[in-house]
Amino acid sequence: MNSSTIAPVEHAREEGLLARLGRALDRPQVLVWLMLGPAVLYIIAFVGFPFILAIALSLSDATIGDPSLDRYVGLANFAAVMRQDAFWIALRNSLLITAASIGLLLVLATAASELLVYSFRGKRLFQVLFILPWAMPVSLAAIAWLWLLDSQFSPVDWVLVQLGLLGPGSPLGPFSHLYYLGRPWLGIASLVVADVWRMLPLATIIVLAARLSIPEERFQQARIDGAGFFRILFRITIPALRPMLIVAILFTSLLIIGEMGMVEILTRGAPGHATQVLPYWAYLKGIQSGSLGQGAAIALFLFPFLLVAAVLALRAAYRSPEA
Amino acid sequence: MSGRILRRVGFFLGIGLLGLFAIIPVLWALITVFKASTDLYVFGPNPFLFNDPPTLDHLVILFKNTNFPVFLKNSAIVGVCVVAITVLLSVPAAYALARLTGGWGERSGMAIFLVYLIPPSLLFIPMYRIVVWLGLANTIWSLVVVLPTITIPFCTWLLLGFFRAIPRVQDEAALLDGCGYFGAFRKVVLPQVWPGIGACMVFAFSLSLGNYIYAATFITASSQRTVTAGVPTELIRGDVFYWSELMAATLVVAIPLAIAYGLFFNYLVGGFRSAEEALTGR
Repeated sequence: MNSSTIAPVEHAREEGLLARLGRALDRPQVLVWLMLGPAVLYIIAFVGFPFILAIALSLSDATIGDPSLDRYVGLANFAAVMRQDAFWIALRNSLLITAASIGLLLVLATAASELLVYSFRGKRLFQVLFILPWAMPVSLAAIAWLWLLDSQFSPVDWVLVQLGLLGPGSPLGPFSHLYYLGRPWLGIASLVVADVWRMLPLATIIVLAARLSIPEERFQQARIDGAGFFRILFRITIPALRPMLIVAILFTSLLIIGEMGMVEILTRGAPGHATQVLPYWAYLKGIQSGSLGQGAAIALFLFPFLLVAAVLALRAAYRSPEA
Repeated sequence: MSGRILRRVGFFLGIGLLGLFAIIPVLWALITVFKASTDLYVFGPNPFLFNDPPTLDHLVILFKNTNFPVFLKNSAIVGVCVVAITVLLSVPAAYALARLTGGWGERSGMAIFLVYLIPPSLLFIPMYRIVVWLGLANTIWSLVVVLPTITIPFCTWLLLGFFRAIPRVQDEAALLDGCGYFGAFRKVVLPQVWPGIGACMVFAFSLSLGNYIYAATFITASSQRTVTAGVPTELIRGDVFYWSELMAATLVVAIPLAIAYGLFFNYLVGGFRSAEEALTGR
């Protein structure tokens, strides 16, 4: 009799302990760290620490053969990097390609979001086709473009020849090929087109999301007041989209400026270094030639500029009166 | 009336042009896959037509005579692991930021963005050192460990938007019912964000599959390569390009991913919408 009454009491006490533990953990101040902690620790370990390591490497003479950080060389790597012509061409190209892509993307993404606000038959299928470029791994997308712009078998050349724009006695020259990826400026233009093609779905999703947040009454009111399509676009839509356009610019330009797969596969920086970009140059120096210090220095070069640009852009987005 | 028709024509013209721009390289790839080599490498005839009968040879070669199936398997393992790690870490983190931290959590969207200022192109050299230290160089596990650095910040930010879209009244009611904070999260909030988690999974999977710089830097052994680094390095031998096989590899990967994305398109837009509203404090 006695023992049988003790058992449930012990059981109840155990439950009380668990419940007390549960209650102790289930307070917002504790739970927030239990839930947020793992992600924060992971980011510190695998973004924060490597970032510090990148700075340390850029100040050392580390190579792949001798990766120790034992010799501090100050800014020697940065000085060595800045003496290379290829570095300045890569810097110029990185900025130029990113700026040109962003300009085109802004126009196209705004136009695309203006169309995708409406529903139409076959929209689901259209969405699948439209998002294809972004769904593709970048290296495979680059290979598809490499084949499309092939020096001999490009169907684009064939179409231009058929239209009489290319070939003997035509406006684009006597040859029947344009050699898109073999010429400096045409190579850069090809990289811009491929980047725009790849980023347009993402940019459109960002802008479309912002477009859907604009209250419908504003458009109705403007229509009642007799405003036309372009007046509504420039007076209502674009000002309201502005903060998110800034975010879209920031997001896509960070993705474009940091991508080396397109350049490595499409042009390999050729001819010469005419289409070189910073990430690929950092890869060639740091991994292929084994100079970890110089590679890290090249990769770090953009960081201060990106930081300032990002802070300014986000502040502008926050301050915008339409937000 | 005619203005209306004009607008309709303009609308579908725009849609058509956009769609064409998106699929031109893919369309050309699709034609290439099924073309016999004798029909592919010729000058003169219309390259868009099949002058010789279409063939499945290139697809067969891709799966039988190359390492592509191995790359696919490796990519799938990496993708699934990265998605699992991402969801496990970013779902609780996003909930904590959306609900438990008060004012600064709501504004943390901006801080998450700043993580993207340190992109893979800046980190790949030290990351290579870390992978060597961990003894993971030349294995797919190096990618499993490193790729969540790209997916976690983004998915946390996107999920923050999904959590924020759920009215606070609901979890407050659950708290009053004695669910506790974690109970409210598990029983009331979590079931409502499944579409958001699905969108995040698609995004994380494709980002992990698409990353090139880490895959190319960490792994040189053929048996450990993933699709992104394996296809360009092994199906291009010096000056010899196996174009039809390359295009087949591209399409085999791209089409399922595009369909998955297409299914979650509206959820992605919805997630971005609330995430953006959180960012601009609307």
